[in-house]
Amino acid sequence: MEFALFIGCQISARLNQYESSARAVLSQLGVRLIDIRDFNCCGYPLRNIEFKIFLLSSARNLALAEKRNLNILTLCKCCYGSLKKADYLLKESPSLREGVNKILEKEGLKYKGEPQIKHLLSALDRDIGLDKIKEKMVKKYRDLRVATHYGCHVLRPSKVVNFDDPIVPSLFDQLVAVTGAESIDWSMKLECCGAPLWGINDGLSMDLTLKKLKNGKESGADYVCTACPYCQIQFDKVQKMASSQRNGTHLLPSILYPQLLGLSLGIDKKILGLEMNEIPISGIENALFDIGTEV
Amino acid sequence: MFFKFSLFLSLIIFIIGLIYKISNWFRYKIGIGSVEISGSRRFFYALQGIFATLFSLRIINLLKSFVLDVLLQYRILREDFLRWVMHILIYGGFMLLLLMHALDKLITAKLFDSYYPTLNPFLFLRDFFGILVIIGIIIALYRRFILKPPRLKTNAMDLYAVIIVAVIMLSGIFLEATKMVAYSDYKRMVEEYSGLSDPNELKALEAYWVKEFGTVSPNLKEPFDERLLAQGEEFHQSSCAGCHTKYQSAFAGYGTAKLIHPIGIRIDQARIPHLLWYLHVLACLVGLAYLPFSKMFHLFSSAMNLLVNSIADKEKLREANQMTRRALELDACTHCGTCSLRCSVAQTYEEIQNIYILPSEKISAIRSLASGKSLKGEELRKIQEGVYLCTNCLRCTVVCPVGIDLQDLWFNVREMLLQKGYPEFLILSPLSYYRGLMRGEILIKDYQNALLQAREAILAQCELMREKEKTIALTPPDKKFQSGLGLSTQAKNFSVCFGCQTCTTVCPVVANYENPQEVLGLLPHQIMHAAGLGLRDLAFGSNMLWDCLTCYQCQEQCPQGVAVTDVLYELKNLAIQYVKEKRS
Repeated sequence: MEFALFIGCQISARLNQYESSARAVLSQLGVRLIDIRDFNCCGYPLRNIEFKIFLLSSARNLALAEKRNLNILTLCKCCYGSLKKADYLLKESPSLREGVNKILEKEGLKYKGEPQIKHLLSALDRDIGLDKIKEKMVKKYRDLRVATHYGCHVLRPSKVVNFDDPIVPSLFDQLVAVTGAESIDWSMKLECCGAPLWGINDGLSMDLTLKKLKNGKESGADYVCTACPYCQIQFDKVQKMASSQRNGTHLLPSILYPQLLGLSLGIDKKILGLEMNEIPISGIENALFDIGTEV
Repeated sequence: MFFKFSLFLSLIIFIIGLIYKISNWFRYKIGIGSVEISGSRRFFYALQGIFATLFSLRIINLLKSFVLDVLLQYRILREDFLRWVMHILIYGGFMLLLLMHALDKLITAKLFDSYYPTLNPFLFLRDFFGILVIIGIIIALYRRFILKPPRLKTNAMDLYAVIIVAVIMLSGIFLEATKMVAYSDYKRMVEEYSGLSDPNELKALEAYWVKEFGTVSPNLKEPFDERLLAQGEEFHQSSCAGCHTKYQSAFAGYGTAKLIHPIGIRIDQARIPHLLWYLHVLACLVGLAYLPFSKMFHLFSSAMNLLVNSIADKEKLREANQMTRRALELDACTHCGTCSLRCSVAQTYEEIQNIYILPSEKISAIRSLASGKSLKGEELRKIQEGVYLCTNCLRCTVVCPVGIDLQDLWFNVREMLLQKGYPEFLILSPLSYYRGLMRGEILIKDYQNALLQAREAILAQCELMREKEKTIALTPPDKKFQSGLGLSTQAKNFSVCFGCQTCTTVCPVVANYENPQEVLGLLPHQIMHAAGLGLRDLAFGSNMLWDCLTCYQCQEQCPQGVAVTDVLYELKNLAIQYVKEKRS
């Protein structure tokens, strides 16, 4: 199985552990990732400014993958949402497609709409499958309660992103459950992490982040689990900044899904970058047991 | 006399230029925390840092970087093999020529007792090095004008650099070739060194040189009698061979000499070798004098920057040294365009015609800024937009072949420009995420001001927001606005909103406030109404628009299928466009 890895702008610059853990997990599961250096920003941060720039940015990436006959795998949910959105609009409107292709043509690219767009989680669930993951697992968690954070841009708008049921999603919960951890119910599970407003309205962003984490904690979670650089940075670095500013201790440590899964696949914690999280998560290893020693 | 005078003149200009340029490293202030530190103090701190390095283990890093980055240019190799070949040919060939040929009296003659420029291996090597440089230049021209890597811009400085090197190399080879064929040069040498006076003996030697060295004689033509040649060889062996290897080793010059052989006499009569000598020497001296002010200064500044980069721990560097380093970085840029090739948002240049979006082009603008040149408001705005339109993905910094911390430059210049007070609307986009993460580095007042400025500038164009009691007609006041909303087909359906308020009810931003209207202005369903009624001011002026998370809860749950979030997105686009037009 092969994908063009769409790494996006945040991960290599600020969240190396996401890249290294995702690469390790996927390679363990037999997925080959192809890097396309020419990929550019997906266009997400530019949507506030100019629709056309957003569309061109996403379309160029899709055309680049198309040229190599590859499907795209993103690690970021905002990249996923943007690529999906652009793909949807371009398929729907011939005039938009024509406009974009006119520009892409200059570099010998063309958007035709072939490549499929996957997120890490949907690829794990649908393309690789839980059985394959189970097969490769060497350890399981016991007595570990995890709050899954779905992230807005993979769930909504559902007719565009086509990821999971927008009201009662279960894909992420199953992926957590397969590791032996308990995916808890919490009322704010589908709420936004607050990241889109960080840097624009920090007070509001912080309110939303802390409110959500508080809800997770009160619902009994040991960790919140993410699969998006914005959500992760928000729950990790920004939570740390926010709680020190608001005189509190942090509420809930956040772990990236490939870190959680990677440990149960027996991947070295250095590769998973456990130490690189701002709010420590290495305690999670205590909940890990070799398969076969379950009580 | 001419030579000495011009050599000293160009050396003096070179040294003054060098001092001036280096002094800039301690004068230019780039940095948000750029507190008033005097240049001499910065110089002192830099020296302190250098000494501390020289007497520490970091010297190993320094040496490693000198070999790998400076000499072997590993960072260019990593990026692009062809470019590495090109650069190593030009730089390697040029440096070797400089050391062996230009500075022969100072270096080569001291190292090798038997040194004479017309003897092998020096005769061969001079041409060999020259040809390396010329191949390099051909690759450079091929890349720039035929291969055309995306977004590689050619400015006057780039052209100058190629031209000066090409002129030096070509004039050198032609000088060599014309001297080979020139009869007067031959005669002068014979008079000085052979001691022959018998016309028959002179004829024999001349015949030998015409045959073996390609001298073009006005008196003798091939073929020659074997005995005459044998006699000529004898004289050659006794008088000339000590300093003259056969010219074939100087293959470039010899080949050229063969080409110009038919017009050899006229070349000599027109004193072309003499003119070429002036051209060659002048080109070298002009190159030397202009070096500190040209792209070629990167010989020093880029090497210096790579070395500093290898030892400087940014976190630990004191602010004074960081300012100095940034100024050095501006000089270290060679305008190679690698950053613009790899830039994550360079594609936006297709839609926004602002050259400063491209990182390689920002540098020259920042250099002007740092030098204190007063730039026009319009220009400043473009630079500000250029530095803000950046996802801070770090790719430019990672690929920069001379190790410039571009990310750090952008961050600092961005803040310095924002403090000048011109509102930047890009700040109201997720491009600000990085700025938020870096807020600890910025004075809280400056941090908030830049955000407020942008919102206030938008509000200032929305009159209705200030006249809350005003009664307006029921018919849409701005039909054009109302119908011009549909940038994309999806966002056209706001008018089917029947006011059920589901969007507002599920909005987590609205839910965050006890009295949301006070903070947010119009709420989502009201914005949909405002759009439907063509009330532009109310739609644009509400904080709700900029405080939207884009979490799509509203859109997902709208019973009428209104694309609420997408409408909000596109209203933001329109608002920025509108306000920009109004302000200009």
